[in-house]
Amino acid sequence: MSADTNHMLLRIEGLFKRFEEHVVLDGATLDVPRGSLVSVLGRSGAGKSVLLKCLADVVRPDQGTILFDGKPLGIGDAAARAEFRRRCSFLFQSNALFDSLSALENVALPLEQTTDLSDAEIGERSLEALRQLELDAHKDRYPSELSGGMQKRLALARAIVTRPELVLFDEPTAGLDPLRRNAVFAMIAKYQRQFGFTALVVTHDLTEALIASDRVALLDKGRMCFEGTPAEFSASSEPMVCDFRDSAEALGRSLAAIRRGEALNSEDS
Amino acid sequence: MLRTVGRHTLSIVHDLGDFTLFTGRAFRSAVGSRRLGKRIVRAGFEQGVRCLPVILIVGLFTGLVLGLQGYYVLNRFGSESLLGTLVSLSLVRELGPVLAALMLVGQAGSALAAELGIQRNTEQIAALETMGVSSHAYLVAPRLIAALLVYPMQTALFIAVGLWGGSLSGSLLLGLESGVYWSSVERAVESPDVRECFTKAATFGLLTIALCAYYGFNAHRCSSATGARAVSASTTRAVVLSSIVVLAADYVITSFLV
Repeated sequence: MSADTNHMLLRIEGLFKRFEEHVVLDGATLDVPRGSLVSVLGRSGAGKSVLLKCLADVVRPDQGTILFDGKPLGIGDAAARAEFRRRCSFLFQSNALFDSLSALENVALPLEQTTDLSDAEIGERSLEALRQLELDAHKDRYPSELSGGMQKRLALARAIVTRPELVLFDEPTAGLDPLRRNAVFAMIAKYQRQFGFTALVVTHDLTEALIASDRVALLDKGRMCFEGTPAEFSASSEPMVCDFRDSAEALGRSLAAIRRGEALNSEDS
Repeated sequence: MLRTVGRHTLSIVHDLGDFTLFTGRAFRSAVGSRRLGKRIVRAGFEQGVRCLPVILIVGLFTGLVLGLQGYYVLNRFGSESLLGTLVSLSLVRELGPVLAALMLVGQAGSALAAELGIQRNTEQIAALETMGVSSHAYLVAPRLIAALLVYPMQTALFIAVGLWGGSLSGSLLLGLESGVYWSSVERAVESPDVRECFTKAATFGLLTIALCAYYGFNAHRCSSATGARAVSASTTRAVVLSSIVVLAADYVITSFLV
């Protein structure tokens, strides 16, 4: 095994996925170094979530290779997939918490169902995970009784309770206001360093991703058009990167043009 | 025309095969599933204890009506003493298993289809799979096993309350000797009747809960709607189809066992 393979916890090569006539992933590639926080950026509909769902085996890719810890996750290779699931957690955009279970029961569920730990050990570890995410005071509450931020933390507690090596985050900041977006990214970065897992975050929040990530990638039309450090991203002259990076300025320019147009129209009338 | 018939036939065969695989997978995944007993007890509580009031009420009124109608019909022939026979055989052979199953479809089956449909919509089922937990083993298998145990018990209770209702009508309201009623019940019901009754109850339980679980679990595949409407459409379809299946299965089992 090469040093590069050892360094990379996850490697995606030529991933291809089509839904009927619509090609979502068109040979996507990505390297995720061990212990890093990697963000995959892209517009809505670029294929980010599908990429993550292919990794989590929620969606089956049509073609391509996924190497986890140097070993391929073959389509239909149940043993390799089971091993991957044991070492990986997935955080859904919607949190996917079990609404009929309390916070503690939600966190305990993966331990109850995938390990042979005793009830006492499961209780202890689940409570510890809740404590680390400052939710132990709410252990008996149901997800619907928690705020949006607390639900996000609860989903993270459930994801880390099995002590995974890789955590996949699907649009963790979608639909949140800027303050909450910052808080969620800060939380991911904090716990990623605290627990030492590798994090792969799919997002379209450029500013937060550039600040919190070790590496960023840009997905467009199912292909990865950039991979590198945040500094390299900021300096890149790649047209797609420039478009994405300068989208705020472009919005400003468009708005200015619209206002100018309105001004001309009012002069005409 | 031919194409439409062919397409519908293929679709029915596909659905039937898919349903069989779904049920088989649920039972297979139960082998070695962790903490299955706890989940069976919880499912048994949902299907059993929660449905108890409706079973008791419907059972009582069925017995009361049977007693009343039976008494007036038998009275024409001077055979009131056979009221116990009429009520007990009607309840044990047919009405008990069928009505109890229909009540349970309306209460437990619809709740199950809606719950699984919502869990599918909110990605809870996908979350289980990503955790390495078999959603069939965690969500479906305990319900199916509980149905096999709970439906016969609920049916027995339905029949017991129905017999009591018949006795209330016959002896308390219409003046038939209570001893005559109960002794004709005892004489009429034989072990093949009881066996038929429990065979039907277990079969109806398994079929209806499996159907409701199937439609709820696959709510995202509903072709006519999406989101909340898909859950609603799947639940309706599950309840309607389960009710039809109960009656069709009743005919098939009766024709084999009688």
